[in-house]
Amino acid sequence: MRQALCDLPGHELVKRLRRKEISAVEILESVRGRIEAVEGRAPTTEPYSAQPADLERVHAYITLSLDRARQQAEAIDRALAAGEDPGPLAGVPLAVKDIFCVRGTRSTAASRILQDFISPYSATPVARLEQAGALTIGKVNLDEFTFGSSNESSAFLPPPGNPWDPRRVPGGSSGGSAAAVAAGEATISLGTDTSGSIRQPAAYCGVVGLKPTYGRVSRYGLIAFASSLDCPGPVTRDVTDAALALKVMAGPDPRDATAANLPVPEALGDLDQSAPKLRIGLSPDYFRLQYPEPSTGGLSERPVDPEIEAAVRRAADLLSDAGHTIVENVPMPNTRYGVPAYFVISRVEAASNLHRYDGVKYGYRYPGEVADLRELYRRTRGVGFGLQPKLRILMGMYVSGEEYEKDYYQRALRVRTLIRRDFERAFDPHGDFRLDCLLTPTTPSTAFEIGALYGDTVSMQYVDLLTVPADHAGVPAVSIPAGLDGRGLPIGIQFIGPDFSEVRMLQAARAFEQATEGDEWRRIQPRVVAAASAGV
Amino acid sequence: MTGTSPGFDRERITSEIFSHLVELAALELKADEAEYLRHELNGQLNAIHELENIVIDDQLPISSHGVPYHGATAAGLREDVSEPGSLADDILNQAPQLEGRYVVVPDIPHRELE
Repeated sequence: MRQALCDLPGHELVKRLRRKEISAVEILESVRGRIEAVEGRAPTTEPYSAQPADLERVHAYITLSLDRARQQAEAIDRALAAGEDPGPLAGVPLAVKDIFCVRGTRSTAASRILQDFISPYSATPVARLEQAGALTIGKVNLDEFTFGSSNESSAFLPPPGNPWDPRRVPGGSSGGSAAAVAAGEATISLGTDTSGSIRQPAAYCGVVGLKPTYGRVSRYGLIAFASSLDCPGPVTRDVTDAALALKVMAGPDPRDATAANLPVPEALGDLDQSAPKLRIGLSPDYFRLQYPEPSTGGLSERPVDPEIEAAVRRAADLLSDAGHTIVENVPMPNTRYGVPAYFVISRVEAASNLHRYDGVKYGYRYPGEVADLRELYRRTRGVGFGLQPKLRILMGMYVSGEEYEKDYYQRALRVRTLIRRDFERAFDPHGDFRLDCLLTPTTPSTAFEIGALYGDTVSMQYVDLLTVPADHAGVPAVSIPAGLDGRGLPIGIQFIGPDFSEVRMLQAARAFEQATEGDEWRRIQPRVVAAASAGV
Repeated sequence: MTGTSPGFDRERITSEIFSHLVELAALELKADEAEYLRHELNGQLNAIHELENIVIDDQLPISSHGVPYHGATAAGLREDVSEPGSLADDILNQAPQLEGRYVVVPDIPHRELE
């Protein structure tokens, strides 16, 4: 089957472009055609009532910037014609999660409070991707300020649909990112991960989602949620593209003091060269999950979806057959505290970060009469913020209040130490396990239906149960597709590695990709793509 | 799991505490929003209740972020040099209300000094 340009991975596009078999403008036109076929009506902040057609479309983009992309594509074609190097991501269509500032474009955070904000500068990772030749197709939808795991909390509706079944969520908060890449509306996307917001939607949409080590990629120009956890990273079609995109966006940045002063590994440009034999761990604590019981305050244990567990076990078998060592029964006992600690830490940081929205300096301002500045703040924030930001601010206020701070915030930061120590023990080169990476499920289940969980903020947060520990610990993690469940929905598996070990971790992921190249499920397209390809 | 876990309290956020939080957060809420938010806050506090039951050594250090920074990885201090800004107009243009190059705000609550 001949694939459309918009369905190819970025490294393949760059290769064909450099051979002058295709032009950057042709790539852009292929993406434009796909967007017209699958996108549906544009999400807005107007009062929303769902139409049946909304549940057949993707609705990934808040803002399209096809004119900007056209200028970029023409510049690349000119550079190629002149014999110049057009860059390592030349002609690769990029969707930017609308939580990043892109100079001269609307940067909304999917919130009314920023719905008309035009950014005066570009985020460092965006500037680096554009510098490398990526074509900025537009800004994609997300949960408001990234607060959610389904993309339903966006102020811009209709919410994105999952390209495999648009009645289901694409995950979140980088839901627009994963949906756009899966649907061929972009080839790579720049997302952010605070509790799993890159990896969980990647798993739900059958694409690759990489959360780098905290500090590997600059946060400059990222609209902040929880600053000690927020991590920019790529969503891509395959592992090779994730490595290429990371190589471009990573590295020190004088504008972000948390960007680590470490060189970017050259090996990200060629994962297949000298791929080592790895020690890969499995932990029972990633298969037996603890959920809170709202009626008693206790916990109940539920297993991960059996089809997802089977996909992880099969991956371990294939990696073992390929010569890697599988280490079973690695204890990660504090995994269960990841979500409770996150409920505290992320809310305190969110409440602090959201105080800047006040109707004075930028963004929405309540237009009616007000008695004084305090009333302006209250009314602006009351109208401008949706329910989820309000909830996070209130929770952050409570758990950081003087009377409660020791029991909640200080305690949660100590629990974070326990979570970090689980990983240090597993990865200790002189310890009992000496792992290069852990292999786990990415999510407890596959994509759920739109409306199934939204509103129940506790159940929604527990969707991140298996992704949030890596955010607490700051370690890198990647979700890759590993098959389809009985309903034809993508299953994601996750590799987690020690600090700054992205090369090895991606080599493990790549080894799985190579071992499953011939699998039947790899030839099945998402429903909206199959329909578009058939001209439906 | 049977029975109720020790220290469990379904209604930690009373109406009074909630009103105080709303004031601190500088929010104005509709009645239905307030009801939903207070319900969810109590649900979330019950979900994190188990944190209180973890035995934690007082000597255990906090982790304010996951990856430790040390001399080799921490970003160095920037050189203290001035750079002319070029974005002042772009930034000012985002302010909802301007008079010339001043940002306009309503009356700032104040008290006359005696």
